[in-house]
Amino acid sequence: MPISDWFKAREGRQYTSATAGRGSDMPDGVWTKCESCKHIIYEGELAENDRVCRHCGYHFDLTAMQRIESLVDEGSFSQVDEGLSGGDPLGFSAAKPYVESLAVARERSGLAEAALTGRARIGGHDVIVGAMDFRFVAASMGSAVGERVTRAFELAAKERTPVVFAIASGGARMQEGMFSLMQMAKTSAAAARLAETGVPYISILTNPTYGGVTASFAVLSDVVLAEPGALVGFTGQRIIEQTIRQKLPKGFQTSEFLVERGMIDEVVARPKLAAHVALLLDYLDADGGERP
Amino acid sequence: MKRRFIMEFERPLIELETKLAELRTLEVAEAPELAAEIDALARDVEELHHETYAHLTPWARVQVARHPDRPKTQDYVAALFADVIELHGDRHFGDDQAMFTALATIHGHRVAVIGHRKGKTTKENIARNFGSPQPEGFRKAMRMMRLAQKFNLPIVTFLDTPGAAPGIEAEERGQAWAIAESLALLSGVRVPVVVVGIGEGGSGGALAIGFGDRLIMLENAYYSVSSPEACASILYKDAGQAETAAGCLKMTADDLVGFGIADEIVREPLGGAHNDPDVVIGAVGERVVAALDMLAGQEPGVLVEKRYSRLRAIGVHEGGEAEPG
Repeated sequence: MPISDWFKAREGRQYTSATAGRGSDMPDGVWTKCESCKHIIYEGELAENDRVCRHCGYHFDLTAMQRIESLVDEGSFSQVDEGLSGGDPLGFSAAKPYVESLAVARERSGLAEAALTGRARIGGHDVIVGAMDFRFVAASMGSAVGERVTRAFELAAKERTPVVFAIASGGARMQEGMFSLMQMAKTSAAAARLAETGVPYISILTNPTYGGVTASFAVLSDVVLAEPGALVGFTGQRIIEQTIRQKLPKGFQTSEFLVERGMIDEVVARPKLAAHVALLLDYLDADGGERP
Repeated sequence: MKRRFIMEFERPLIELETKLAELRTLEVAEAPELAAEIDALARDVEELHHETYAHLTPWARVQVARHPDRPKTQDYVAALFADVIELHGDRHFGDDQAMFTALATIHGHRVAVIGHRKGKTTKENIARNFGSPQPEGFRKAMRMMRLAQKFNLPIVTFLDTPGAAPGIEAEERGQAWAIAESLALLSGVRVPVVVVGIGEGGSGGALAIGFGDRLIMLENAYYSVSSPEACASILYKDAGQAETAAGCLKMTADDLVGFGIADEIVREPLGGAHNDPDVVIGAVGERVVAALDMLAGQEPGVLVEKRYSRLRAIGVHEGGEAEPG
């Protein structure tokens, strides 16, 4: 990959490493430019700091696997439903065939779908953990993502294990039409059933979280956390600007904006997230490990 | 007489029909060959009339669904329900005019009615935000769902929205939160829920009151993950491709029944419900009553379990481990 690719605008969403990690297997001599403060950062240093810029605090995008590794106790993650993947129920082909987009997404991410779920521990608490991968059709929710999320909630209810879900998504997956829209109802129903069991659910909203995912399972948690500067909302900014024909206020739809308006509980910087979630679980999952 | 609203797809036909009507006013007694030509044209126009309306494309159905004279929630409520008591407000912020909630009686069933409310005039539509609810609209609907559950009243909802309102205020007041909470509540509400798609079923704003134990769709109503315009603007970066997107999205009543998402279709008169509203409203009334009769005896626990199973079954995927439980 030519070095110029490392400096692509964030829209390009070039991920600088396919593996997570804390520096061990990083290629030497690779430098990354911070998209916010433009500082040139050594790749190894970035990885060590959970991919947060030491100069300005900018949070780089994480892949789903990087996200999980940054959140859970080391070596504790085991994936469930690894092979669960979606199809092309509408035979959708606008601009380009959906099956092609899926193939590209699988190739690029190495994942079967945009959500990754499994068992892990956070601060010693057993959890069902989930994360989403923006490289996979903008981490949009189609049948397979909806099914994985629903199964994660059902598994958590059955095993009485808390859910911690790190969310990023462009919204419902257009290419699966009504099957996608109905995943909003399906995942919300599963979240509601989990809530009835008294098993805690903590969601972490990361940049960006929009549309049908925000408006369903993402915010049906007991505690909603978000990363600094994450954009979270229902309607995307471009659509709102087109609709109201005016510029949006600075900081609109950022996690700081949302905490001010009472919509989320706390903005937590990524390096502190795991400890923050662990402490929350100490309160909400006090009987952790003692469950039958 | 009120000026007729012309949908894009019927424009060529209506231009021809207008021309034909003009020709008909000519004095043709002296020119039999002209009369014969006019008759031939009339036959062509009749054929085109049938072709135009008999097999509507998805994009044409969207236009029919948006027709200003199409029966609206308030028309169904006025014609089908007795002893209507409208209840206002969400108890938090305001009374969203884009969302209608009322207690009402249909054929002996006392129910809670929840519906998107569009206007018929520009003034009404501005007051009702063209049927696009703000967060307080969904919270108003939720307030009604809770009331219905508390007093064991089945819920009948009418879907007719282009989508939840986009905007600064909507985001500030938690549009996504309002919709998500409505979905969670509706999924577990312990009374029967009958949903009727009467016009536009736009995205999360429709879904928030748009699923339950029975989904009845009007023939030309649509229900979609996104409006065809939004889909086109995202996938093609060109809202002008909406016609193509409407076809790709598989959002018609027939599509939905095919997918097992909708249960039944109420057929409309040629050209759309606005051509004979009374017949369509009456047919909807019969189906709603039949659904309420069918669901009336069900034990609440069973009802909610079946609703969950219905949702649970929607989706096309493969692989993964055996489902838990």
